[in-house]
Amino acid sequence: MSAGQLEIQAIAAVTAAACALVGVFLVLRRTALLSDAIGHSVLVGIVLAFFLTGTITSPLLVVAAAATGLVTVALVDLIARTRLVREDAAIGLVFPTLFAIGVILVSRYADGVHLDTDVVLLGELAFAPFDRLVVGGFDLGPTSLVVMSVVLVVDALVVLGLWKELAITTFDPALALSLGFAPALVNYVLMALVSATTVGAFNAVGSILVVALMIAPAASAYLLADTLARMAALAVAIGVGCALGGYWLSYALDASVAGSIAAACGGAFALVWVAAPRRGLLTALRRRARQRLEFAQTMLAIHLANHEARPEAAVESRVAHLHEHLGWSDDFAGRVVRGAQRRGLVVVSDGTLALTDVGRSIAGEAVSR
Amino acid sequence: MLFDDYTVRTVALGAAALGVVAGALGTFAVLRRQALVGDAVSHAALPGIVGAYLVTGAKGSLALLLGAAVTGFLAVLLVSAVVRSTRVKGDAALGIWLSVFFGVGLVLLTFVQRRPDASQAGLDRFLFGQAATVLRRDVVTIAIAGGIALLLLVGVWKQMKLLAFDPDFGAALGLNMRVADVLLTGLLVVATVIGLQMVGAVLMSAMLVAPPAAARQWTDRLGTTTFLAAAFGALAGAAGAVSSARTSGLPTGPTIVLVAAGIVAVSFLVAPRRGLLVRALRARARSRRLAASAVLDDLAELERLHGGAGHGHATATIAAMADGDVRVALRRLARRGLVTRSHEGLWSLTDPGRRDVDER
Repeated sequence: MSAGQLEIQAIAAVTAAACALVGVFLVLRRTALLSDAIGHSVLVGIVLAFFLTGTITSPLLVVAAAATGLVTVALVDLIARTRLVREDAAIGLVFPTLFAIGVILVSRYADGVHLDTDVVLLGELAFAPFDRLVVGGFDLGPTSLVVMSVVLVVDALVVLGLWKELAITTFDPALALSLGFAPALVNYVLMALVSATTVGAFNAVGSILVVALMIAPAASAYLLADTLARMAALAVAIGVGCALGGYWLSYALDASVAGSIAAACGGAFALVWVAAPRRGLLTALRRRARQRLEFAQTMLAIHLANHEARPEAAVESRVAHLHEHLGWSDDFAGRVVRGAQRRGLVVVSDGTLALTDVGRSIAGEAVSR
Repeated sequence: MLFDDYTVRTVALGAAALGVVAGALGTFAVLRRQALVGDAVSHAALPGIVGAYLVTGAKGSLALLLGAAVTGFLAVLLVSAVVRSTRVKGDAALGIWLSVFFGVGLVLLTFVQRRPDASQAGLDRFLFGQAATVLRRDVVTIAIAGGIALLLLVGVWKQMKLLAFDPDFGAALGLNMRVADVLLTGLLVVATVIGLQMVGAVLMSAMLVAPPAAARQWTDRLGTTTFLAAAFGALAGAAGAVSSARTSGLPTGPTIVLVAAGIVAVSFLVAPRRGLLVRALRARARSRRLAASAVLDDLAELERLHGGAGHGHATATIAAMADGDVRVALRRLARRGLVTRSHEGLWSLTDPGRRDVDER
């Protein structure tokens, strides 16, 4: 592995970790699409900062972008608060408008200057190693690695430092308010982090795919974890895994690194969706099948109890007739009977079913409930 | 004058047609709190477009539209599936598939082009639209696809209405709400993909959200909202296209969006019942009315305490009993003839004033 490849993977991993960390809170607070909105509207902030500084590499850009992110959130909030439209519509109004303003500003005043709007939106990791941060003759590494590492550290410090506040305002804002916390302030701090992380990640994956790194690993972790701490840890782990896996995928396919990382995030989420131990689709299917069988066994017990010691008992308790009497396929009936036998609800003799005491009490309970 | 220019006319027509379709169908998305589905479909359309190009080798818009529609539709289906089967909520599900599909699209694009740099792979036009290069043929495509979508909407209007407001009732009536949901999604997908060429993926959601948001402020009826949204959409499209043609350095897509945003802003401010300005004015009138009746009641109370309409009372006395600026209220009441001021500056109720208090 060349140094360049190592650096790219490092940038990707650091970016993924930072995004996952803030993404956990976005997912839990149901504000996932604000990351998408911020990612698009920061263009305006960057353009305005460019007008002020005349350069697109100034650190002022990160500040400007973070500020624009906050402005976006504030505008969405303002509009939603008028109750003239819902919050999702507010988002759908604010970010395209800001983005449109940004594009127009670029076209009218910055055309011909090297401010490619698609660089802002797309980014490209493959070129990151070539842009190096040289301070006092020391090559500190790729600029994006340095920037993203700083962002990661800031994210981690803020998240860890405000852990209690973030947790309580996320899960129970009303309680937080009554306890004297300031949910609105915490929200703005979080949104500032999201904005800064989004901008820092431009170089790596561009703003649209930042959404993938922020949301998909966190959502996957959401399906796997039951505590906030575990969810955060899992999100970071999955994110980093997708970043590295995605990189190797792009290497194999000779394709966009960012796109591959996003695809890997999608693959990871799909895998968790299907196979998560307690919340996955497979587990749910198995659980439902088992419940159907148990319910059928109870029904069988009730059916037998109803006809016990009655003239029709002989007919009704024949295994072969369950098909007509209960509407079950022979195959299903067979499985139900076997399961009922195993649980000790019935005994089979000569093709006829008889309730045991256990079976009778189960039937009695079910009916009386 | 400007409409003599064939290109401008074409672009304006296309934009207006798009505005009508997106506005009308967007109404339902906004009502169902699925305002950002358009954003998801826009981004998820990328792999479909690239895939269609790979499969057909054609750059003609119909094949690409179909490809876009397929993956866009698939993405929304996946969003619903995730929301239905897990505890992940709608916004996160949208974010996931929106970005993942887009990423897959990028992979396809760069894989096809054999270059790692996605930004030069013709992605600009997808993201930003290329309204200025719209041909008559494209406008026809928009009109036909959009027209069919609108006809379908009108055809199943009752189901759509129920779907938007009370799906449970619709199900209870025996209508298949699942099918209606899928159909509406399909219509939204069509509305979104036909607009990608004009305004691009990023701005498309505004075309679906802004006209209904504006229209909603003027009426409470679904049919009127839909119609008005279509009208606003057409207006934004045409006006945006023409303005952008007249002014240099104004790309078409963003200009259309800004016009739409302007219509929203105006509607938010001055719409008759819901408008913010109107609300503020009404609130002010209401607080004045309250202040006036408080002053009248205070004067009546003072009269009662002093055993009848003997003498008037100083402003200071009244001010002490009330909140806020009583002098203004007293002046207005005097103008309405409900109180009167003696030479010494003492205020008392007039007969009409006393009657007003009694009636209340």
